[in-house]
Amino acid sequence: MDPAILFEQVPDGDGTWIMSLASGLKYTLIIAALAWIIAFLLGSILGVMRTTENKWAVRVGNAYVELFRNIPLIVQFFVWYFVLPGLIPAVKTWVISLDPTTHQFVTAVVCLGLFTAARISEQVRSGIQALPRGQRMAGNAMGLTQAQTYRYILLPVAYRIVIPPMTSELMNLIKNTAVAFSIGLVELFFRTREMGELTFRYFEAFAAATLIYVVIAMIANRAMAFIEKRTAIPGFISGGAGGGGH
Amino acid sequence: MTELDFSVIKNSLPYLWKGLEYTLQLTVVAAIGGVIWGTLLAMARLSSNKFLSMAAAGYVNLMRSIPLLLVIFWFYFLSPVLLQWVSGMDRPPQIGADRSAYITFILFEGAYFCEIMRAGIQSISRGQVAAAYAVGLNYWQSMQLIILPQAFRNMLPVLLTQTIILFQDVSLVSLLNVTDFVGAASKIAQRDSRLVEMYLFVAAAYFIMCFGLSLLVKQLQKKIAIVR
Repeated sequence: MDPAILFEQVPDGDGTWIMSLASGLKYTLIIAALAWIIAFLLGSILGVMRTTENKWAVRVGNAYVELFRNIPLIVQFFVWYFVLPGLIPAVKTWVISLDPTTHQFVTAVVCLGLFTAARISEQVRSGIQALPRGQRMAGNAMGLTQAQTYRYILLPVAYRIVIPPMTSELMNLIKNTAVAFSIGLVELFFRTREMGELTFRYFEAFAAATLIYVVIAMIANRAMAFIEKRTAIPGFISGGAGGGGH
Repeated sequence: MTELDFSVIKNSLPYLWKGLEYTLQLTVVAAIGGVIWGTLLAMARLSSNKFLSMAAAGYVNLMRSIPLLLVIFWFYFLSPVLLQWVSGMDRPPQIGADRSAYITFILFEGAYFCEIMRAGIQSISRGQVAAAYAVGLNYWQSMQLIILPQAFRNMLPVLLTQTIILFQDVSLVSLLNVTDFVGAASKIAQRDSRLVEMYLFVAAAYFIMCFGLSLLVKQLQKKIAIVR
């Protein structure tokens, strides 16, 4: 074990290995951030849909979740990356006009975003369903529309309840960006493996990557704990058990 | 649009089946091994021995904060060393990625199963532990005869759901060139340039299998709930 390797120059590249890992980390974080935005918005919409009285909204929401939960992430990557352009000519022409890196990047963001949306929708749904039924009724009784009931009564509390499981989903998302390696995206895991292969110092490379992932997990955890504390409503105990999965 | 030709799937079914067999085998072995390892970890986490509970917590948190892909590659390189250390052999044994994956998934999924079993053990009321000690059982006896059977039963649906996730996770070993279900499909897809048909087939196959299994788990959950 010799961490000095991290400060050696990358052959035919500029900078040291640690800079190479840092550039991979940058991609990992940007992809995770963009995918989180998609996942949060779409997941919230789907989660709300699944708690409405509208049968079709519930069905569409459930179907979405089942579809994205029951196919392995790596297969979803392949479907977005290989199958979609192969199946739809318009997508193919568009993809060819992009440079390969952009194509990988867009694929990763869309794939991870839609995949994580299914999981977020589960959390949002369980958060809304954890609220007493009287809350929705009270909203109706006061003459609020359904949209207003969600906006002002249900969602503000539901989101707070699900902060802990949302934290695990955020960390899962960051970890899942590593699967983008399968379509050749140059993120942190790609850089790690590249360093191992070019220097034969797998141990150092993997140890460095492990350390980086652990630190990210800790930061994400602290950040969400901070948000939880800042948004806490006095008198409410935020709970909700995080399930399994990764 | 190029014509879709699904005959490639029909022609390669035996090979795909072999891949699926490996996937299933790895899933079953890792689930059983992972539950055993996870239960031991959960007992360690809940033990009053501070060192033991901290070591177990550290292990679980470490495993849960790094990507599975990284763990798979870690153990691919570490497994020979690990086996040499365990068995006391002169030199590290040569094991391929297909076999190191067994070690990886048992140790990795053990961390997730540990959290499930911990919740399961904690769901048993403390009075039961007290009763077990009162009738003269020791720690292992009370675990084996009183606590764990109930914990397993309470957590069975969650354990099975996690096993379905494990079944999907196994697909990542294809990135180490292992011929699991996805690996077999990738190899044929690339050989015959039939990526569209192959990956559509794989996605559909996984969906049918996982969705079917999750329906079974749901049914089981209802059954258990009624009995209780």
